[in-house]
Amino acid sequence: MAVSMNNEKRKVVINPVTRVEGHGKVTIQLDENGHVERTRFHIVEFRGFERFVQGRMYWEAPIIVQRLCGICPVSHHLAASKAMDVVEGVDQVSPTAEKMRRLMHYGQTYQSHALHFFHLASPDLLFGFDAPVEKRHVLAVLAEYPDVAKKAVLMRKYGQEVIKATSGKKIHGTGSLPGGVNKNLSIAERDALQAEVDTMIEWGVEGLELCKNVTKADLDNLAKFGTFESNFVSIVAEDGCMDLYDGNLRAIDADGNKIFDQVVPADYLDYIQEEVRPWSYMKFPFIKPLGKEKGWYRVGPLARVNACDYIDTPIAEKERQEFMALGGGRPVHATMAYHWARMIELVHSAEKMKELLADPDLQGTELRRKGERRNRGVAWLEAPRGTLFHHYEVDDKDQITLANLIVSTTNNNEAMNEAVRVIADQYLDGKEITEGLLNHIEVGIRAYDPCLSCATHALGQMRLQVQLTDADGKLIDEKLRG
Amino acid sequence: MSTPGELNILVLGYGNPGRQDDGMGPAMAEAVQRLAMPGVSADADYQLNIEDAAHMAEFDRVLFVDASIDGEEPFACRRVAPGADIAFTSHSVSPESVLAICEDHFGHSPETHVLAIRGYEFEFAEGITSRAKSNFEQALAFVQTLIRGWKEERNG
Repeated sequence: MAVSMNNEKRKVVINPVTRVEGHGKVTIQLDENGHVERTRFHIVEFRGFERFVQGRMYWEAPIIVQRLCGICPVSHHLAASKAMDVVEGVDQVSPTAEKMRRLMHYGQTYQSHALHFFHLASPDLLFGFDAPVEKRHVLAVLAEYPDVAKKAVLMRKYGQEVIKATSGKKIHGTGSLPGGVNKNLSIAERDALQAEVDTMIEWGVEGLELCKNVTKADLDNLAKFGTFESNFVSIVAEDGCMDLYDGNLRAIDADGNKIFDQVVPADYLDYIQEEVRPWSYMKFPFIKPLGKEKGWYRVGPLARVNACDYIDTPIAEKERQEFMALGGGRPVHATMAYHWARMIELVHSAEKMKELLADPDLQGTELRRKGERRNRGVAWLEAPRGTLFHHYEVDDKDQITLANLIVSTTNNNEAMNEAVRVIADQYLDGKEITEGLLNHIEVGIRAYDPCLSCATHALGQMRLQVQLTDADGKLIDEKLRG
Repeated sequence: MSTPGELNILVLGYGNPGRQDDGMGPAMAEAVQRLAMPGVSADADYQLNIEDAAHMAEFDRVLFVDASIDGEEPFACRRVAPGADIAFTSHSVSPESVLAICEDHFGHSPETHVLAIRGYEFEFAEGITSRAKSNFEQALAFVQTLIRGWKEERNG
C-alpha cells in the first residue's frame, strides 16, 4: 500500500484496499488544520447486479447469481433458490431439501469464517496493526504459527468439501433449485464428512480461544478501536434463536430494544428502504420507521450474536453468553468484536453440521416439491458477512422482470463509512501519514469484510493503484504496485 | 485415476465463468476432464486459495490454468518456484504462495507450472469471446502435448 497526499487541502487516497476482495477506495478529506473533514469508503463494484438476471428464466436464477461473486456464491445460490421456492408456489420444501441446503450453508459459513479470521484478520491481531507489510499476511501466520495456520487450511478444505457434496461441484453448483434440491447426501459422502466433523469442532474451538486470547490481551485498545454505536439487523427464528439459513427479520437499537421483530420476507419494503447517494455506486439501506439519519444499521456476525436470544448448540451458546457479558446488558458495539462473534458462529456452524450429518433425512428421496406459480418471490438468509435479500418479479412467460438484491456489504455500507470516519478521527491527525496508520483504516474495514464482488482475478489484474488529488480533485500523482 | 508408478497430474483451472474470458481456467479443467487421460485429474474453482496447497500435495505435477489480462498471446506457460509473495488480497493466493505452503506445511513439492491464457473481456457476461476462444484452443492442444511429454519423460 502506498500513500499520497497534498499539503494544502489534504486528501488521502488509498486505492484499492489491500486484503479486501475486489476494488475499493478510501478517501479522507482533511481540512487546513489537519483534522478529518470527511471520509468516504467508495465501492466501485456491484454494477449490473440486478440487470444481470433480468430476462432470464426464473429457474436459472439460483445458478447464474453465483457468478456474481467468487467469494460467497453459495449464499447467492441459496437465497435465489429460496426466493424461487416462493415463485414456484412452495412454502415449505421437503425435509431432505431443507437439510441439504442447511448443510451447504453451514459448510459455506464455516469455510468463509475460517478464511476471514485466519487468513484476513489474524495477521492484524497476531502481529499488530502497525506491523510491516510483509507481516500482514497469512503467509506470515503460516511461518510463525504453523500449527494454527495448517489447521485453518484444512478447515477451509473441509467446508469446501461440504459444499461440493451438497451442491454437486465447487463452481456453479446445481444442488439447490426452485422447490428443493437435485441430490441427497449419499452414505459414502456422509461417512467421509462425519469422520472429520468432531475435529472441525475441536479446531473451531481452538480458533475461537485464540481469538479471545488475543482480544483480551489488548482489550482496552481493541474495545475502542473504530467503535461506534448503531442499530443491528438480523434474521432470527420465531423463538428468537440464531438461525443463519431461515427466519424472520429483527432489528434492535443500540440499547438492545427491539425496533421491529418477526418481519416476513414479503414485507421487507415496509421496513427497509434504500437511499441513493451521488458519490457511491452502492445504496445506503436504513430502517424505514427510523428514517435515514437514525435508521442505518449493521449486519453480520456481531449483529446476529447481539440480536438473537440464544444459540441452539451447546458450545456456541456458552460462548455467546460470555461474549454478551462484555456489553453489560447492552449489545456489544466494538468493531473488532466482529471477529469474536464470527468465531462463535464458526463453532456453531460446525456443531450444526455434526447435528445434520447424523440426520437420516439427508438420505431421503423427496427432493423437490411443486406448487401454484406466483409472480413475486422474496427471501433472505444470513450470508457469512450479513443479511442477504433477494427479491424477484417474474412474468407469465417465466422470465425475471425485476430483481432487487441487497447484499451484506450494502447493508453495512453506512457502518463501514462510519468505521472509517471514527478510525480516521482517532489515528490520522494530518501531520504524518504512515503505512501503519493507514493500515488501521484497513483493519476496520476488514472487520466487516466487504465482498466487492470482483471475482475477476485474472493474472495481472490485481494491482495497487494510489492516486493523489488536489482540493479540486485534480490528479497530481499516481502510483501502481503489483 | 493413476496406476502405481504412473505420473499423477492435477490440472487446476480457476476463474469466474460469469466474467467472460475469466472463465477460461474452469473451461480448461472441463476440457481436460472430458479427455479422461489416465493419471490426470482436473478441478476448477473461482480462485486459487490456500487450501489448494493441501490438494496439490497429492500430486506429482500440477498445472494451474488462469486467464491473463495483459500476458502473451495466445498463452504463456512457466514453471513456478515456491515463494511467499504478498498479494493484495488473501481471498486469492498466487501460485507461488500455494506451492510454498504445500512444500512447507504438507511435505511435498510437486513440479508446478502455470498456464496463462490471454483473455480480452472480463465483464459480467457469460461465454468466452471469439478472440480468446482461439487462444483457448491453442492452449488446450498445448496442454495435451505437455502432459504427453511429462508422461514420456517419466516412462523413459
